[in-house]
Amino acid sequence: MKPASLSFDEMIDADGSVRAAYRGFCGWFEEQDPRWLHRQCAEAERFFRTTGITFNVYGDDAGEERLIPFDMIPRVITAGEWRRVSRGIEQRVRALNAFLHDIYHRQEIVRAGRLPERLLRDNPAYLPEMAGFTPPGGVYTHIVGIDLVRTGPDEFMVLEDNARTPSGVSYMLENRETMMAMFPELFTRVAVRPVSDYPQRLARSLAACAPPDPSGSGRPVLAVLTPGLYNSAYFEHAFIADQMGAELVEGSDLRVVDGRIAMRTTCGYQPIDVLYRRVDDEFLDPLTFNPGSMLGVHGMMDVYRAGRITLANAPGTGIADDKAIYSFMPEIVEFYTGEKPLLANVPTWRCAEPEALAYVLDHLKELVVKEVHGSGGYGMLVGPASSRAELKAFEAKLRARPENYIAQPTLALSTVPILARSGLAPRHVDLRPFVLVSPGGIDITPGGLTRVALKKGSLIVNSSQGGGTKDSWVLEE
Amino acid sequence: MLGRSANGIVWMTRYLERAENTARLLEAGFRMALTRGINEAQAEWRSVLETIGQDEAYSARFDDYNGQQVCNFILRDRDNPGSVLAMMENARANARGVRTALTRAVWEATNESWMTLTRLLARPVRESNLGEVLVSVRRQATLVRGAMDGTMLRNEIFNFARIGCFLERADNTARILDVKYYVLLPSVAWVGSSLDNVQWESVLRSVAGERAYRWLNAGPIEPRGIAEFLILDGRFPRSLAFCYAKLRSNMACLAREYGHESPAHELLRDAGAGLHQTGIDRIIEAGLHEFIGQFIKTNQRIADAIAADYRFVE
Repeated sequence: MKPASLSFDEMIDADGSVRAAYRGFCGWFEEQDPRWLHRQCAEAERFFRTTGITFNVYGDDAGEERLIPFDMIPRVITAGEWRRVSRGIEQRVRALNAFLHDIYHRQEIVRAGRLPERLLRDNPAYLPEMAGFTPPGGVYTHIVGIDLVRTGPDEFMVLEDNARTPSGVSYMLENRETMMAMFPELFTRVAVRPVSDYPQRLARSLAACAPPDPSGSGRPVLAVLTPGLYNSAYFEHAFIADQMGAELVEGSDLRVVDGRIAMRTTCGYQPIDVLYRRVDDEFLDPLTFNPGSMLGVHGMMDVYRAGRITLANAPGTGIADDKAIYSFMPEIVEFYTGEKPLLANVPTWRCAEPEALAYVLDHLKELVVKEVHGSGGYGMLVGPASSRAELKAFEAKLRARPENYIAQPTLALSTVPILARSGLAPRHVDLRPFVLVSPGGIDITPGGLTRVALKKGSLIVNSSQGGGTKDSWVLEE
Repeated sequence: MLGRSANGIVWMTRYLERAENTARLLEAGFRMALTRGINEAQAEWRSVLETIGQDEAYSARFDDYNGQQVCNFILRDRDNPGSVLAMMENARANARGVRTALTRAVWEATNESWMTLTRLLARPVRESNLGEVLVSVRRQATLVRGAMDGTMLRNEIFNFARIGCFLERADNTARILDVKYYVLLPSVAWVGSSLDNVQWESVLRSVAGERAYRWLNAGPIEPRGIAEFLILDGRFPRSLAFCYAKLRSNMACLAREYGHESPAHELLRDAGAGLHQTGIDRIIEAGLHEFIGQFIKTNQRIADAIAADYRFVE
């Protein structure tokens, strides 16, 4: 197989030979009958359907559930690569938490002139309700899903920090389960670091962030808050709650009882210590935020600010996902850790700045332009893949509200092969490792979720835009 | 567990049970239609619709009780919120809503049931495949029940699941009796006629009781015996007495687990006593129809009390 022309292929080097990371896998792969492999993959799809590992796509018919395509060729990362990457992640996550604490307290970074104040002041993701308040344990981002892209042997870059509510961890776990069920002998030949204890680690990490006076039992009560059955990630919410042994609650199950958030059980209301909420900030509390919200709890923020419940992640962390803030991450990391960032940012033009805007408008066809507050691949422009008309339309939007956009070069994302009908075919990938933060430290699950653009040449890996996933392996030392 | 989850699990099992019982009712109707003339067949289909409370909705749309039409209406009509397909969708939606209360095996069995029946019922059902479809409905319900039995912890969740199942089953058996009670009333004129034999057998068939009845009674099929069997025989798993014995034991488990009884326990005890301290002669004497009507109402009251006691909704 020939490597894709410009991108770094993680399996095959420039001479066409298999890289060290993939030798174990390829040795096994070459012994298999391709027809059998295809049959196993079809079987895997059936398995996903019965398991109900589906997601709903917004804008589609209500309630329609779709599968995220799974590709059986794993994404492999060596122990050494992972060591370097995880050091960078840890540094970045520390900086993120320090940054969030700072912007909701003294704003030293603004005073020092390293971050423009307007990025906080005019930002809907900055919650004034959080000012002066420190969450239990001092943790803001209990769960982070940093998106990494790779462009060369040692070049990993952060594409997004996802400090708000990263999703996809259920796919990381199910992909591994599926691989082990389909190809058990593969795992006896290649030593892969396990990921299956993530739910226990999550439960432990969340429990360590409980408010100082838990329910007396000494074991904090955890619950997962979901917007409900029709949310695109409902499967994941249920999966995580189930794996942690925690109740999966909806807004209608909760109310404030004796100054605590409590859930309606068959025996009355039971207080919750830690709520892993998969509901956006603005829906958490109709009294404080969106008055029309049916998803949250009246008075939640009062209980929170009284320190009687831990919300994970803390309200107001979404500001760290702002793409204008993102563009300052190298400064942010340096400011709070006193170190050079170990993981690079993707070069970013802030369209709010006139010279940057001029450059972006001149080079629109080569760039990726994103909304500052957007996520999930919605509302973005991929210059090279867009028609003249699309570019023109986007240009108008850009001129009208330049501060609403940032632009990045179209990266030559690394590729990993997928198993196509005709055999192996390189496709672009990214990687979302999952990071847990508690007063006890930062815990990074080896690997994460590899998303893959299934269309040839496509750079968009989002599941809402036709991306698939792969099992992600970190090899044992 | 959450009150909402208890509600979800009760309804999940109720819908599964109802789907299964509806399939059985259709099987009995189908058999009757095969062996009888067209008028009797139409009457039988109509009584099937009455039993599940859909005669009104059906007759608003259709002029006659053509078997295939009735079956498609009951099994898969998109505009019929009580169709078997809708029940399976409801069962699955409830299961999905209480996903964390179920083992993986139970969830998968429920999800697969829904997938299988959605596929089977994607096209109109014909006489040639009606049997296959009905068997499949029953089989899917059996798979879910088996998964529950084999994998679920015997805790509150399991007890609520069983409570849903037996509340529904008692209701369904009672409704069959309610519509067919007149067939079971002693009547000098009817005794011995072939029509009665078929009708009686059909009643038994619709609760999967024809074989059990023969083995237990070892005598002729006769109305008093059938009524007794369906109402009072604690060995027959679809009898009212059996369902209530199970309900009492599942409710007792809840009381043990929660450390106290609730008003629903009291209601249930009274209803159980009503079943045990009566003989079939007393029931028939006082009015079989009245007895069944009363039973259905009480069953509903118990279901409501359980929902209130265990905070199913706010």
